Amino acid sequence: MTWEEMLPLLWPATVETALMVGWATLFTVLLGLPLGVALVVFDRDGLRPLPAFKSGLGFVVNIGRSLPFIVLMIAIIPFTRLVVGTTIGTAAFVVPLTVGAVPFFARLVETALREVGTDVVQAAQAMGASRTAIVRKVLLPEALPGLVAGLTVTVVALIGYSAMAGTLGGGGLGDLAVRYGYQRFETLLMIVTVVLLLVIVQLLQSLGDWVARRLSHK
Amino acid sequence: MIQASGLRKQYGTTVALDGVDLHVREGEIHGVLGQSGAGKSTLLRCVNLLERPTAGTVTVAGQDLTALGDRDLNRARQRIGMIHQHFALLSSRTVAGNVAFPLEVMGVPRAERERRVGELLELVGLEGRGKHRPHQLSGGQKQRVGIARALAGNPSVLLSDEATSALDPATTQSILALLKRLNAELGLTILLITHEMNVVKSVCDSVAIMAQGRIEESGSIADLIRTPGSRLTREIFPLPEPAPSGSVTLTFTGDPRQPVVSEVVRKFDVDLSILGGSIEDLAAGSVGRLRVALDGAEAPAALAYLRDSGLIVEEAP
Repeated sequence: MTWEEMLPLLWPATVETALMVGWATLFTVLLGLPLGVALVVFDRDGLRPLPAFKSGLGFVVNIGRSLPFIVLMIAIIPFTRLVVGTTIGTAAFVVPLTVGAVPFFARLVETALREVGTDVVQAAQAMGASRTAIVRKVLLPEALPGLVAGLTVTVVALIGYSAMAGTLGGGGLGDLAVRYGYQRFETLLMIVTVVLLLVIVQLLQSLGDWVARRLSHK
Repeated sequence: MIQASGLRKQYGTTVALDGVDLHVREGEIHGVLGQSGAGKSTLLRCVNLLERPTAGTVTVAGQDLTALGDRDLNRARQRIGMIHQHFALLSSRTVAGNVAFPLEVMGVPRAERERRVGELLELVGLEGRGKHRPHQLSGGQKQRVGIARALAGNPSVLLSDEATSALDPATTQSILALLKRLNAELGLTILLITHEMNVVKSVCDSVAIMAQGRIEESGSIADLIRTPGSRLTREIFPLPEPAPSGSVTLTFTGDPRQPVVSEVVRKFDVDLSILGGSIEDLAAGSVGRLRVALDGAEAPAALAYLRDSGLIVEEAP
């Protein structure tokens, strides 16, 4: 294969991966952030202790985390069809990607929020701050560097998941690697795909680290 | 100003507070002195209900806090400042942002907030530092930010949780001087807990000594010093305890340059040997304590004379 032949394959595949991961990241943050906050707030020694409810949430999160992504993707096909009306194509795979990443990100959010010292939380309580104010003005801003680091890890994991989605008809770089690298022995294209993924992941990780460092004032 | 009665706090089977009564008058600096584990931190945290006591009531500025719901309690807490051993500043905010935090919580509009933050930083001697980050400041400066933040809501009461324990001696003195100034200028009532006698000596008007969840002794420093056998007196002065048999311990208050001892020796037929003694400068004035052995036929008369001169005379058996 020449570069002229590879480029029309690589470019759309990269765009598909970017779209899948981008949308999935957006929905993961929208759902996973509140879930992570809930895991901390409703904990036994949280701001609003509801231990039974927190255990229930934790259990659901653990189910999501214990299923291998490829199994989860197949298992929730009916749900995907319900949400987007189809189970193939890039848009359809945003659903399993989000479902797979939300529990993962929620646990990282939980860990980041727990890093915030109890002393600042209690200081805020002593100043008469409401629970909502403590979450919005203390927990989330203080944990921001950790949240950014968690998001970076999640995006990288999503790129990994999206390659698996490729094998079931989701398109993207994973799909390209399977069809050309595995089924047609196009070694050069395979190598280019691998390098491309490496570069994308490295760039994202460096960007995430840089932002987290900029936000940290320790 | 602060009235706690019958406070009990139990964690499982551990009793942290075992029936504590605390009374802090308006405008005074009241210390709670005790070793770690004595329950003083729990006591302080019960005053603004960061810990809810198992039994007992807490009244601050005439309001029974234990009877309030969440919303009213938060409003009451906005009028009770608190400073912390490790400062508890938000690293995500600048110095000005930290001081503005309680004002945001109270819903003060932005322009008003900025004006007030400027005033507060000036009050604690940090003008021009508003844009700094907490990690760029020294320990003493961080505590000044903590104090400015605690004063934002114009509180009538300031609670200090070992506020100088993480600071070096010179910085401790400067923070204590600031607290004393705020007490005098703003009429701020301060309740502070500490394990350092030095803090009590330098700023407190009154003190409660705590051990094992109970208050062992409390009252104004001046009164306790005059109470024979008080724990406070024994702990302030570095004289060996118990006093050796037959010795007499004299406590002087007021002007330390009273020539009473030389008068006694001149007036009575006694021999006086000095066993030990020191003079301490307290917030309440200078106090001297002298341990002597008094021998001779007129020793009882000499002791009576010392008592009449206003000294506190304690005779060891």
